[in-house]
Amino acid sequence: MPSGRRVGLFVTCLVDMMRPRIGFAALKLLQGAGFEVLVPPAQTCCGQPGWNSGERGSARALAEKLVGEFERCDYLVAPSGSCSGMIKTHYPALFQGEGAWLARVEALAAKTWELTDFLLNVARLDLPPGRFRGTITYHDSCAGLRELGVKQQPRRLLARMPGVALAEMKDSETCCGFGGTFSIKFGEISAAMAETKCENIAASGAGTVVLGDLGCMLNIEGRLRRRGDEATRVLHVAEVLAGESD
Amino acid sequence: MRIQSMQFKARAHGALADAKLQSVMRRFGSGFVDKRAAAREAYGVEAFEGLRDASAAIRDRGLANLDAWLLRFEEQATRAGTTVLWARDAAEIRRHVLEICARHGLRKAIKSKSMVSEEAGLNEALEASGVTPVETDLGEYIIQLAKEPPSHIIAPAIHKDKEQVSDLFAEHHHRPRLTDTEALTREAREMLRGHFLSADLGISGGNFLVAETGSVAIVTNEGNGRMVTTLPKVHVAITGIEKVIPTLEDLSTLNRVLPRSATGQEIENYFTIVTGPRRVGDLDGPEHMYVILVDAGRTRLVGSDMQQMLRCIRCGACMNHCPVFQTVGGHAYGWVYPGPMGSVLTPVYNGLENALDLPQAATLCGACEVACPVKIPLPELLRTLRERQMQAGLRPWRERAGFRLWAFAAKRPRLYALATAIGVRVLKLMGGAKGRITKLPLGSGWTLGRDMPAPEGRTFRELYAARRRR
Repeated sequence: MPSGRRVGLFVTCLVDMMRPRIGFAALKLLQGAGFEVLVPPAQTCCGQPGWNSGERGSARALAEKLVGEFERCDYLVAPSGSCSGMIKTHYPALFQGEGAWLARVEALAAKTWELTDFLLNVARLDLPPGRFRGTITYHDSCAGLRELGVKQQPRRLLARMPGVALAEMKDSETCCGFGGTFSIKFGEISAAMAETKCENIAASGAGTVVLGDLGCMLNIEGRLRRRGDEATRVLHVAEVLAGESD
Repeated sequence: MRIQSMQFKARAHGALADAKLQSVMRRFGSGFVDKRAAAREAYGVEAFEGLRDASAAIRDRGLANLDAWLLRFEEQATRAGTTVLWARDAAEIRRHVLEICARHGLRKAIKSKSMVSEEAGLNEALEASGVTPVETDLGEYIIQLAKEPPSHIIAPAIHKDKEQVSDLFAEHHHRPRLTDTEALTREAREMLRGHFLSADLGISGGNFLVAETGSVAIVTNEGNGRMVTTLPKVHVAITGIEKVIPTLEDLSTLNRVLPRSATGQEIENYFTIVTGPRRVGDLDGPEHMYVILVDAGRTRLVGSDMQQMLRCIRCGACMNHCPVFQTVGGHAYGWVYPGPMGSVLTPVYNGLENALDLPQAATLCGACEVACPVKIPLPELLRTLRERQMQAGLRPWRERAGFRLWAFAAKRPRLYALATAIGVRVLKLMGGAKGRITKLPLGSGWTLGRDMPAPEGRTFRELYAARRRR
């Protein structure tokens, strides 16, 4: 594990466009934990949309770009399990059998972290700076959970906050139905899966659902509102931990 | 079986609109999932993971020398008195079985569950030539009465509820309509008993073929497999060539992982190893035994980037854990095998162009991969098939153009910054006071059943740059 303190923040394209405040929350958390945070200004997308849709060429081009932008940092941290999972578990497959590139990619993959995993296990954050009062139910995003083993990390951090009560929903590990382009190609099935998720959120009794990925966030929030639920809040874990949720 | 996978979307739409099916699928939801989790827990999580590794390794060892193990199986099975036949495709399976019927003058076949016979459309072929097929697995029996294909590889009638079964039994058995599950099961047993005793042909699948002994191993929960393989004069086992494993020792490992992964059972109720027909002095068993080894597309996978799919032991764990399957059920997939394993097998056996939606109809959530007892990387295989579709020009041009445009912009930070800055402002406006969009011009798939939360209105990079300037 590198010993440096320079973290490259990969904001992710969805946070950049849809929810900048999550990017600032991540920035605040990392700086607060004593890290020097670099935000490479030319960063865009990790290439996951192309990779998951069989457009290897475009994924590959964006991966090369990202590697060049972040390899000088001691760590790459992203407020997303699916983007960090892309870099950590799929980039090596994308560069399979290419000696020099593969070595660079594997080096970057080794120092890539999902935000809560980093905060708990590298930064050893004791007390998140945010303040929050209420009951939270946590939705496990698929890539974070199954590619990176992010399960207890966000829960442990949230549990350290004095005002937070955690209430597990049924099937918290079941996909919300987002699945990238799946959500548009198979909108009807995707929305039905989101509906099941919303029912489980409602049944948990929590007033807030917290998660770690933008895709799930937009999907779940979009379905909650469509089914007439104006009350349940949908927050990214970084917003809650940083106290940027208002 | 006729493939209807190109109608996946329409079939899924029908499934979502079918209130009865939806209530059945809701109950199916986590049933098998919870049972598997409990069985894994009871076995010891670490030990179970070790068992998965060992099982994958056994399957790989079999597949690495598939030809040699198959010849070994043939040699040993022949020595035990079994006639081994090879079938290149579905038509050859049908031809072999009909020839066997003609040779021995067979008129009625009792069947224990065989998905390969579904591939071959065997029941229709038997009926057409005057042989009556009777499915004896309870689920298969139900759907045979309903004239439907299975919707799940180990729970073929999972899409039916008790009421529908009551109706079917009353209609076909000409008896008073029963509603109690136990009574219904008893009625099915009574009806089947006569068939078991009067059939002259037994047709089974085979869960595993053991090369060193020339044996066919069959697992069932209802005991019907044992009747099918022992009572009639002739027994025909039909199974894919990939089912061969080297040794009995391997079988014991795989038989620990199979029932736990499938139904969460420690062991199936009936586990049968059949080695040849009845020998002198045997109390039971058929006079003749045949094994039909089926290729039907399998050898094409050997040595390809899809070879890992041949590890599959047909436990159903991937579909049990699949949130898409849980939502639309198995019939939507349109061929013999549904769920994640079916979304790989259907296009690779029948042609990429005949099942375009299936590799796409997954969120790549990975639930199947972590549940698979032989560690088939199903999401990776689906992704590979998507890549093949793209390369073969089988995706709509708009989709390809969309990804290329995205990559073109994302490689050019200035253009990207400009485009996204404009985009988020437009979307913000579209979101109005409530901050959500109810109709997206290019994303109607999304807004059909959901709102799209509107963006904040400025990109992170804009706000961050402004902050740095301060």
